[in-house]
Order: sequence, then structure tokens, then C-alpha cells
Amino acid sequence: MSAPYILQLNQIEVIYDQVILAVKNVSLAVRQGSIVALLGANGAGKSTTLKAIAGLVRAEIGEVVQGRIYYQGLDITHAAAADLVNQGLVQVLEGRHCFPHLTVEENLYSGAFARKPRAVELNQALERIYHYFPRLLKLRKNQAGYTSGGEQQMVAIGRALMANPKLVLLDEPSMGLAPLMVEEIFQIVHQLNQEEKVSFLLSEQNATVALQYAHYGYIIENGRVAAEGETKVLSVRDDLQSLYLGL
Amino acid sequence: MDFFLEVLTGGLLAGVMYSLVAIGFVLIYKASGVFNFAQGAMVLFAALTFVSLWEHGIPFWGAFVMTLLSMLALAWGVERVVLRPLVNRPPITLFMATLGLSYVIEGLAQLLWGSQVHGLELGISDEPLEVGGMLVSQFDLFAAGVAGVLVLILSLLFNKTRIGITLRAVADDQLAALAVGIRLERIWMIVWAVAGFVGLVAGLLWGARLGVQFSLSLVVLKALPVLIIGGFTSVGGAIVGGLIIGASEKLAEIYLGPLIGGGIENWFPYVLALLFLLVRPSGIFGERAIERV
Ligand SMILES: Nc1ncnc2c1ncn2[C@@H]1O[C@H](COP(=O)(O)OP(=O)(O)OP(=O)(O)O)[C@@H](O)[C@H]1O
Ligand SMILES: [Mg+2]
Repeated sequence: MSAPYILQLNQIEVIYDQVILAVKNVSLAVRQGSIVALLGANGAGKSTTLKAIAGLVRAEIGEVVQGRIYYQGLDITHAAAADLVNQGLVQVLEGRHCFPHLTVEENLYSGAFARKPRAVELNQALERIYHYFPRLLKLRKNQAGYTSGGEQQMVAIGRALMANPKLVLLDEPSMGLAPLMVEEIFQIVHQLNQEEKVSFLLSEQNATVALQYAHYGYIIENGRVAAEGETKVLSVRDDLQSLYLGL
Repeated sequence: MDFFLEVLTGGLLAGVMYSLVAIGFVLIYKASGVFNFAQGAMVLFAALTFVSLWEHGIPFWGAFVMTLLSMLALAWGVERVVLRPLVNRPPITLFMATLGLSYVIEGLAQLLWGSQVHGLELGISDEPLEVGGMLVSQFDLFAAGVAGVLVLILSLLFNKTRIGITLRAVADDQLAALAVGIRLERIWMIVWAVAGFVGLVAGLLWGARLGVQFSLSLVVLKALPVLIIGGFTSVGGAIVGGLIIGASEKLAEIYLGPLIGGGIENWFPYVLALLFLLVRPSGIFGERAIERV
């Protein structure tokens, strides 16, 4: 595995409301075509790190005050979310955040508009999502707010894929889902990664499943990287098991 | 009975005029959560601009398009100068900003066009029309027709176009909208422009009825009870709310007036709205949050 890095974070520090230091010193990197896991307890700073990358911390009155973020070699530390989406970097937010009053299909559509596709391209993109998530096809006319948690997670991921991303930031995809549904979601992530070479940076509390599917992992504690390594190695390190991973 | 029907019909039609103003509020409230107090000033600004251009000899549609362009410019300015710097501030801050904005817009209108009262004659006869044995105002019928067309256009815009899906997405969840690459500033500008267009239509109809003058901006006050009854988030609700207010204030005036004294029309809508607040705070059509996870 020595593909070039698609994403690099150099010692970034993120502050909310000008006083709350949520991420103190995080450096990490994602190789093109890989799946990288971000593990850690509640409040460790996983979501903040992801939102900093996607240009979304500003919407919550947060700011990257130190360090640099590079995407495909370009400095995107202060880039706007919309520009990043256009360059193929999309985030799936923690808690799914579907548009509840839009239908499943409208939710999916909304993910593609940023790249201004022609009608034909739009429908091809939609076909692709239904290929990966056949379950959504039956629900396409339903309001997203009334679908199940697992289905909403599929809508959220599908919506992100509509942008034709190269790198997807997935924030706690397993949150609140039954084990079978978690497997199903991770299977699709695996498939997208294998077949379409989409890279993933995903945050998880469920270390077991994350380590099983990811290639590389970082453990975040109190806004810092506490440990990192190949997932094969991380999952057998005794010192990490009880301390961070709850395995 | 016939008399009752006549009063009812007259009231319903008059109510449509309230709906027109309320729709402008709903658009902006839905997309940005801002209660835009300046909607009334926008109605005035549009009417005054139109009537002044028209009086300068510019033909109807020319004046209409030019006024529309000036509403677009206004939307652009508001987004740049007011909304963008105040992004992420609490709703009350934005509300106060629109309160200030309403005076700025009124002042601007006055500066540009002066402060005298203009008559606006749209060429619709005031002769009452006989429909099925009832006397109905032609002007009210026309206004109702215009409102109908406007609602049709808006619902096509909202349900069948990319912009419409995007606008509804922003209304649902701003953070998620940002995450899929929607530029909120652009959306706000579009929404204010559409609200400006609605304001223009409302301004022409109200202006034709009352004359174009500064009290026109007070129609916002009539829109409030409409919004409370119909809900702040539904265009359909604004229509139904307007109809309810229009009909009930006329009926109250005719049937309760003799009992409690005249002038009920002026305060009855607010009492009705208060009752609604007690029973159904989100209005008839107000979107309740979908509480499922
Ligand atoms: N919008 C915000 N404003 C202020 N502080 C915040 C905000 N979001 C997060 N924080 C704080 O930043 C720290 C890191 O939070 P973050 O959400 O990044 O953690 P996390 O690792 O994603 O946790 P979880 O597993 O619970 O999702 C926490 O102390 C949290 O309270
Ligand atoms: Mg989180």
C-alpha cells in the first residue's frame, strides 16, 4: 500500500466559540483508495476533525486555528464546503441528517446538484445509487423522515455518492443501528471502495466492525491522536484493547 | 341565507389579499428561519417603484419588469449587507435586523420616489358582478385569480425544479444542506428575490385598492394573524389562513357588529389568532418536526 495521500492533516487545532478547544493536535493521512478509521470515546474530537476537513466547522462557529489540511495536494484548510463537494470531498454527517420532508429520491437528487449535471447524468447517478442500495428503490417516493434509521443512513450515504466523490467522510455510520444493518452498511462501503476506488475516512465507536473493514486506524483521545497503525496491528495490541477499543 | 353566502364569499375573496402578503413571509421563514418584518416595506417599495415608473410613461410590462429587477437588486443587497454578516446569529438578532431593514427600505423608497400618495388604476372595473344570484366584486375575483396563479407557479417551482428541491432542503436542515454543497448565500438571495416578486404582486393589488402610500407597509400587521392561523411554514397554510381571516372578519362585522358595536373587523383577526395560539401553536398547516430516529 503505497498509493499517494489523498488527504493529509498537519497538526490541526480546532476551537469552537473562540474558547472551546475541541481538537488539540491531530495529524493524520488517508491514502488514495483506502479506508481509514477514526476511533475514540464520546467527545474525543472525531466529528470535529471530520467537520474541519469538510469545511463545516464554520457553520457551528468553529475554526481551524492551527495546522494545515491538504486534499489532493491542495491546501483546503479554509475552503468552503461547496467547493470541496465540487472537488469530490463529501461528508456524511453524524446522525444521518437526511432532509426529513423531502422524499428519498429528492434527498438523493440534492446530493448531485452541486455539480450541475444534465438530466441524463442525473438519472444515471440515481441508477447507480439504487444499484448499491436496492432497498431505497422501493422507498423512493416516501418522505425520508419516515424511513427507518438504517434506511436513512443509506439515504445519507447515497446522497453523498451522488456527488461522485473521491473521498467520503463518514461520521459514525453504525450509530443506533442493529448489528445486521451495520454489517450491511459496511459491506456497501467495502464494495464501493473495491469497485470504484472511493476512499473513506470514517469515525466509529464500534471499533470491532471499523477495524474489520478499515485498512488503517487512528485512536483519538481528548483531541489528540493517542495511537495509530494498520488495523491488523491495532486490533491485536493488548494495551489498546481495554483502554480505548472496548474489545 | 343568500345574504350570508354573499358576505362569506366577499370575505373569502378579501382574505386572498392577506394571503398574498403572508406568502412572502412564509418563503423567507421557511428557507432561513427569519421572520422578515421588512416584507411590508418590500410591498411598499415594489408598489411605489412600479407606480412611479408607470407615471413616467413606461408601459405596464416594462414597468413591471423594471420593478422586478429592482426587487432582485434589493434581494442581492440584503443578502450581502445584512444576512451574510449575521449568519449563525440567533433568530432574534436577524428579526431585529429586518425591523431596521424595513425602515431603510421605506426610506429608500421615499428618497427615490417622494412621499406623495399615488393612485394606481389597473383597469379592472369596480362594478360588482352577479354570480349565481350573488354580488361579487370584480376586483376581488381578479385578485383571487392572480393569487391562484401565483400559488400554482410557486408550487411548480418548489416541487418540480432543482431550485425548489434545494430550497426545501435548506428549509429542512441547513447543516446537511451545506454538507451536500449547497451555497446558502445563493439560496437566501433567491428566496428574497422570490419574496420580492410576491411583494410586487401584492403591492400592485393592494396599491390598486388603497392607493400607493406609506400605510401600505402596514399590511404586514394583517399578515400576522394569517400566519399564526395558517402556520409560518406552509404556502398552502398562508392561503387557508387568509381565507379564514377574510371570511371571519366580515362575518363578525355583519353578525356580531350590531351586538358589540362596529369596527370588529379591525381587531377580530387578532383575537382569532390568539385563540389559535392556545389551541394549535404551530398553525393548521405548520410543519411539525418529524420525531423519528
Ligand atoms: N458545536 C460545538 N460547539 C462547542 N463545542 C463543541 C461543538 N461540537 C463539539 N464540541 C465539543 O468538542 C469536543 C469534541 O466533540 P466531537 O463532537 O468532535 O466529539 P466526537 O468524538 O465526535 O464524540 P461522539 O463520539 O460523541 O460523537 C467535545 O468536548 C464537545 O463538547
Ligand atoms: Mg461525533
